[in-house]
Amino acid sequence: MGEATGIEVKNLYKIFGPNGKDMVQKVKDGMSKAELNEKHNHVLGLNDINISMPGGKIEVVMGLSGSGKSTLIRHINRLIDPTDGEVLYGNDDVCKMSQGELRQFRRHKTAMVFQKFALLPHRTVMKNTIYGLEVQGVPIKEAEERAARWIARVGLEGFEDHYPNQLSGGMQQRVGLARALTNDADILLMDEAFSALDPLIRMDMQTVLLDLQEELHKTIVFITHDLDEALRLGDKIAILRDGAVIQQGTGQEIVLNPADQYIADFVKEVNRGRVILVDTVMDKSKKLESGLNVQSGIMLEEAAKILAETGQGECCVVNGNGEPLGVLNVQDTIRAMVTPASH
Amino acid sequence: MMEWLQEFPKMSRGDLREMRRSLDGSFKEFTGKYGESIEAAFDPIKDFLIFLESTLINSPWPIILAVLVGIVYAMSRNLKITVGSLVALCVIGYLGMWEDTMRTIAMVTVCTLMAIVLGIPLGILMARSNRIQSVINPVLDLMQTMPSFVYLIPVVMIFGIGKVPGMIAVVIYAIPPMIRLTNLGIRLVDQDVLEAADAFGSSSWQKLTNVQLPLALPTIMAGVNQTIMMALAMVVVAALIGVKGLGQPVLNAIANQYLTMGVMNGLAIVAIAIIFDRATQAYGKRLQKHSEVIHG
Repeated sequence: MGEATGIEVKNLYKIFGPNGKDMVQKVKDGMSKAELNEKHNHVLGLNDINISMPGGKIEVVMGLSGSGKSTLIRHINRLIDPTDGEVLYGNDDVCKMSQGELRQFRRHKTAMVFQKFALLPHRTVMKNTIYGLEVQGVPIKEAEERAARWIARVGLEGFEDHYPNQLSGGMQQRVGLARALTNDADILLMDEAFSALDPLIRMDMQTVLLDLQEELHKTIVFITHDLDEALRLGDKIAILRDGAVIQQGTGQEIVLNPADQYIADFVKEVNRGRVILVDTVMDKSKKLESGLNVQSGIMLEEAAKILAETGQGECCVVNGNGEPLGVLNVQDTIRAMVTPASH
Repeated sequence: MMEWLQEFPKMSRGDLREMRRSLDGSFKEFTGKYGESIEAAFDPIKDFLIFLESTLINSPWPIILAVLVGIVYAMSRNLKITVGSLVALCVIGYLGMWEDTMRTIAMVTVCTLMAIVLGIPLGILMARSNRIQSVINPVLDLMQTMPSFVYLIPVVMIFGIGKVPGMIAVVIYAIPPMIRLTNLGIRLVDQDVLEAADAFGSSSWQKLTNVQLPLALPTIMAGVNQTIMMALAMVVVAALIGVKGLGQPVLNAIANQYLTMGVMNGLAIVAIAIIFDRATQAYGKRLQKHSEVIHG
């Protein structure tokens, strides 16, 4: 499998209202969301979004309700038409596709998982799972063979003939995931896919997704309002507020350097041990001749566990070839885990 | 003084008569010109009705009884409803109403089929466009409230007296719930599920057959049920224009004050209505088996 194609969102605007197109220039000239609403009765959904979503990685878009995150994800398969801007997949602009092209794009390149599952209640688990293939025109027998593999992979073996109503929320979303995976598309769009699940099940589903991603390397766009979820899943995170991106970067970058007070408030409660890499905290000027080694790229919490278990005060961070990169000591580890690292 | 306040200003008698005459005249001209070809267009349906009727009447009664009860069981899978239907049909036969009942069943069956075949596509069109809905809705209001005797006039002018005008009158009266409930059922389908169907690249035909119609089915079945009930209610009116069946003895009983005869035939209509109602409702419920078992 070659490198998956990424998605480029460029200068994307969405303004809800009868004359959205005419309002774009006003927004470009700096009119605020509140002003637009008050003076022109139009709602600013997305304001100049520029996000480069890397292929084969998980891009998380985070924001509270009303921030425009669900609107944004619906632009990638154009369930919502943009007012202005581009959504590029390779060389194709999703916004310029004809209805027929768009249908083919949705059938073969994208698959989507929904917050409220959106399963077909009159169809069994199996018939729900093959829906995408059925729409593509794949023969039923082949479709069911391919679907059976994914049903088993998400842990629903034996439930093929159940109806969605007979399953718990967590199991229903597994069906949603199996349905999306069976489509075998490069892009997986997940709109608050785990938000409706209770915390334990949510963790469980996150693990399922991370395990799957390790072998599949799909381009995943994941929407969430939960920062912990964003940090756990996201190779890259974009934070949305009032329809605009206010910060993007890796989880560590956002936790260590919040762009403004809004994000700082957000990241205050985060478990830093699971976000900050040992590489960030280690003392690069020192080298340890012997003693404990930990891999570069692991999180602080993991290193702390190793230190605690072995009773050592410091350890050497090494890269894949075993070359030493720096030294991590217990004090720095604890300090980085408990205090905001901005000072 | 102030005469125009005392009495509503109205068209002169002569003008009114002239208007009526010209409208009646042009419609008569129209029926004279096209009546026969319109009638011919309905021939296949008429033939089908006659075929069904004669099959029901001319086959040995035990076979028909077994088939009818068998259909009720196949639809309802319910022993109580099945046995009830068997008893009701036996009593009807024993009281000498077998033939009339068969005629009525044939009539109602054909009319219901016509209402379904015409009503579902119209309901779908209505659900797809608000403009079409705003055109069809007042027409349906008209069909439901206009006294049936009024639209019988042009129907009889075109078709004369007999089965076809009877069928048309029944279908006009019985089709509105079919159309309305199909429209409603489709409009009530969950937006989230429709969005999912779109996200997987469904064409609008795929969306209709895979999502909208199956999910609207319970409501559509309620429409079928209502249509059958209303078709049965029209049996007596249809008898006025020469449709044979349970309606004619009722008319006869009204004219001659035969109480027992009227009640018996009336009850036979009720019995058929209950059989049809229970069977179709039980069938509709069985179709939604998936929604019964709820987790946890």
